[in-house]
Amino acid sequence: MDISQLALIAALGFAGLLFLIAFLADREGRPRWLASPVVYTLSISIYCTSWTFYGAVGSAARNGLEYLTIYLGPTLVFIGFWALLRKILRIAKRDSITSIADFVSSRYGKSDSVAAVVTILALLAAAPYIALQIKAIAASFQVLGSAPGDLTGAAAAAPDPVVAFWITAGLALFTILFGTRTVDINERHLGVVAAIAVEALVKLVALVAVGALAVWGVADGPSDLFERMADSAVPLDTPFGMRWVGLILLSGAAIICLPRQFQVTIVENEREGHLFTAAWLFPLYLLVMSLFVLPIAVIGLDVLPEGSNPDMFVLTMPIAEGRTDIALLAFLGGFSSGTSMVIVSCIALSTMISNHIVMPLALRSPGARLQGGGDVRRFLLVSRRLSICFILLLGFIYLRTGASGEGLASIGLIAFVGAAQVLPALLGALYWEGANRRGALAGLIAGGIVWAYALFLPNIFGGVAWWDALAEAGPFGQAWLRPGALFGLQTDDALMHALFWSLTFNCIGLVLGSLSRLPNPIERLQAALFVGVFREEAGAGTLRGGAASADQLFDLAQRIMGADRAYDIFRSYARGQGAATEFPTVDDAFIAHLERRMAASVGAASARAMILSVTGSETISLDELVRIADETARLMTYTSEVTRKSDEIERAATQLKAANDRLRTLDRQKDEFLSQVSHELRTPMTSIRSFTEILSGTHDLKPEEQERFIGIIHAESIRLTGLLDEILDMSVIESGDGERALEPVDPEAALDQALDACLGLLRTGDVRVETARVDRAVLVQGNLARLSQVFINILSNAVKYNTNDAPVIHVESQVTADDYIVVIADNGAGIPPEEAQTVFDRFSRGRTAGTQIGAGLGLAISHAIVTRSGGTLRLLPGSGGARFEVRLPLSEAESLA
Amino acid sequence: MAQRVLIAEDESNIVESLRFVLMREGYEVSHALDGAEALSLVRRETPDALVLDLMLPKLSGYDVLKELRADVATRALPILMLTAKGQAHDRQAAEDLGVDAFMTKPFANSDVVAQIARLLGSDA
Repeated sequence: MDISQLALIAALGFAGLLFLIAFLADREGRPRWLASPVVYTLSISIYCTSWTFYGAVGSAARNGLEYLTIYLGPTLVFIGFWALLRKILRIAKRDSITSIADFVSSRYGKSDSVAAVVTILALLAAAPYIALQIKAIAASFQVLGSAPGDLTGAAAAAPDPVVAFWITAGLALFTILFGTRTVDINERHLGVVAAIAVEALVKLVALVAVGALAVWGVADGPSDLFERMADSAVPLDTPFGMRWVGLILLSGAAIICLPRQFQVTIVENEREGHLFTAAWLFPLYLLVMSLFVLPIAVIGLDVLPEGSNPDMFVLTMPIAEGRTDIALLAFLGGFSSGTSMVIVSCIALSTMISNHIVMPLALRSPGARLQGGGDVRRFLLVSRRLSICFILLLGFIYLRTGASGEGLASIGLIAFVGAAQVLPALLGALYWEGANRRGALAGLIAGGIVWAYALFLPNIFGGVAWWDALAEAGPFGQAWLRPGALFGLQTDDALMHALFWSLTFNCIGLVLGSLSRLPNPIERLQAALFVGVFREEAGAGTLRGGAASADQLFDLAQRIMGADRAYDIFRSYARGQGAATEFPTVDDAFIAHLERRMAASVGAASARAMILSVTGSETISLDELVRIADETARLMTYTSEVTRKSDEIERAATQLKAANDRLRTLDRQKDEFLSQVSHELRTPMTSIRSFTEILSGTHDLKPEEQERFIGIIHAESIRLTGLLDEILDMSVIESGDGERALEPVDPEAALDQALDACLGLLRTGDVRVETARVDRAVLVQGNLARLSQVFINILSNAVKYNTNDAPVIHVESQVTADDYIVVIADNGAGIPPEEAQTVFDRFSRGRTAGTQIGAGLGLAISHAIVTRSGGTLRLLPGSGGARFEVRLPLSEAESLA
Repeated sequence: MAQRVLIAEDESNIVESLRFVLMREGYEVSHALDGAEALSLVRRETPDALVLDLMLPKLSGYDVLKELRADVATRALPILMLTAKGQAHDRQAAEDLGVDAFMTKPFANSDVVAQIARLLGSDA
């Protein structure tokens, strides 16, 4: 039997086996090993397509170690950036994300246009990639068919269109059968994942088998291999340079952004914990896959005829060594690589096309009738199946028109650059709250256009006359717009050139677009939900999945409206149901009833969201989220407004209370003062009235009695006047109105004036005055007349209340660093301790002295004057006569002197 | 025998006018300048009536009043209280403590005479 016939049978048999596995895995009660993280990790290995399976050896034979970059990027992402993947995963699970287009658009305000742009970009990038798989599978058939006569693999150069077509058709059928049997809300395909996990194992085993053959079958173990390697044509001295960095970046972006990788890593993920396993197991898988690439390349170059296609070494080398079995295994490995990539790509892309292009168009077209769940399901399935056919057809067309004699690897890289255009928008989605729809669109479109112009179109139209002319001279003769040398960037490396410019324009578009407009509320909300996904979850655990129990609903309800009301609602509803229990049977009607009652408390949208969080029957739609956010924002604005108002009121109340207290105090003081004034005025008036009555009513008064009584009336009138003067003084000094401004004055001069004024009083009382004065002029802030008044008051008190037979007044002034101090002391009885406290109070006239001369305001006035000058007036403690101290701060001019 | 009136008042001019007025009415008048002196004079001289100023040094008129009313010997002593504080609550407080008459300064001489006469009623 011909080896290619064997291969065909093996391929069909293998496909049947895969289908069986998928079928079993999709059934209820699937085996538990399917849910293991190993299966998850193996499914991620669809990254290794036939390009990797066949093409890595070709790449190694042509460019040496450069093929490693394609493995290094994903390795770095899984080991170093798994936190990024986890963040995407967390958001995707929370929001039931179905594809990378859904993810990105959902972040940018659930924008249809962003989703459509990502979908179109992904579709364009996928076409060459799928063409590559078709080409590889077709080529592997043809190479096997022409073997063992022709071991060059030349048949791979021009895939037979008929073979390619049937392979395409077969893949379409296979994918439709696998991927679109049902429409799952989560877009998960357990059967497919199981099948591609098996395929991943086949890939690995096949490549290891071929590698083992190379190392231990052809070469004589590793040492011999290394010797051969040194003599080999494989260019091992490839310089590590910018191209390496670029390729690692590119492959790292691809493992995140390729729609099929997003499908298996994010959408098909069952548990977040699986990612931790994949973080080390997937890089390990890649390591094993890459381990034998170089040996196969070296041995292939050794044993196969010169000019053989190195892309086919994996197949041709075992045949050359006579190991048909290993060749068949290798064929199945290549077949696995190709089919698994095509199936998952088609599933992912068809989901994107039907959800983001077909559905929006259908919903907008006036003739569309999409009512009823069944219709939508059917419509979705049909649109997905047609999408799969469309995608594969696109790949087939690409294979027929473009795909000039380039190596497998370079075609794959074109797709990578296309997929990488989603990266800026994706990273912006995850880490920059300021990124918005306009920025995302600008970046995606700018990057996409540059990619298409500088890489995609040249690959399709290269060799066509009009394009070559344009590429040579630039459009409209503008040399700086040549697709191969944009803005004068001359390089031989078209890939790096396109990568650089496309990502540059992409990032600029994203940043400038985002900064040019403030995000709208939906974008802000989604930005917060995406960027802060972990923060948000830390706040509140969500109850999702599983039907709600009455207990859960009660727990929720009592938190909103209090236990008593919640209990009332539950009990009365239970009675209405005719139930004997306290809690009603939970049905849709009860949930609706409860929701309405709760809506009265927290608003409709919030009530709905809360109920949904318990029942878990639906995911919350974006519109609902927005309404909740709006309601919450309104509520918060209102609450903060109320809080602010009540704060204001409270502050005002406190101020009012303080003012009121102050007024009350003042009012009491005023009443007290008036009462005191009244008392003080009544006393002299009593004498005046009484003696006036005596004078007018008594006709037999002796002349000396008349004279004496008139004298008393006169003295009491003077006392009354003095009292009124003091009261006026007091009010003037206390209010400060009409008082002269403070100025630097010499207190010694005021003291001199006072002593002069009291001269008569002192003589009358036969008072001896002893002085010890400052011997220089000093300056204090004050008012000469007022200070003089203070000293007169103290001096006259010292005379009036001095009961000593030989009265002496001692006046002493001195200057300290800061103050001018006068102490006026007498040798009288002094002021008893119980009166010392109140001596400066108004009308607190000394009680001890038998004679009544002052009105009782003198010391109060003096105290007010000294206080107003910034000084102190106090009664010095101690026995013996009264000792008053006036202390006045020196004026600044004085201090400086 | 002339009835005796004690004037407890710290304002010497008022003491002088009261003394003049009451002596012309035939009373025998003595005076005290503070509360403590008033108390001791009442006990020593046992006057027939007391003219008591409210605001006295050392011992206020209220305190003197309380002392006198607490003592069996002086419980019935007729007392005319004088005050320059003309407020109602002062009058109330004084009456609660058992004064017989209450007058606000300045007063009419004739009113003082009439009140004393009333207090010493039977003999007048």
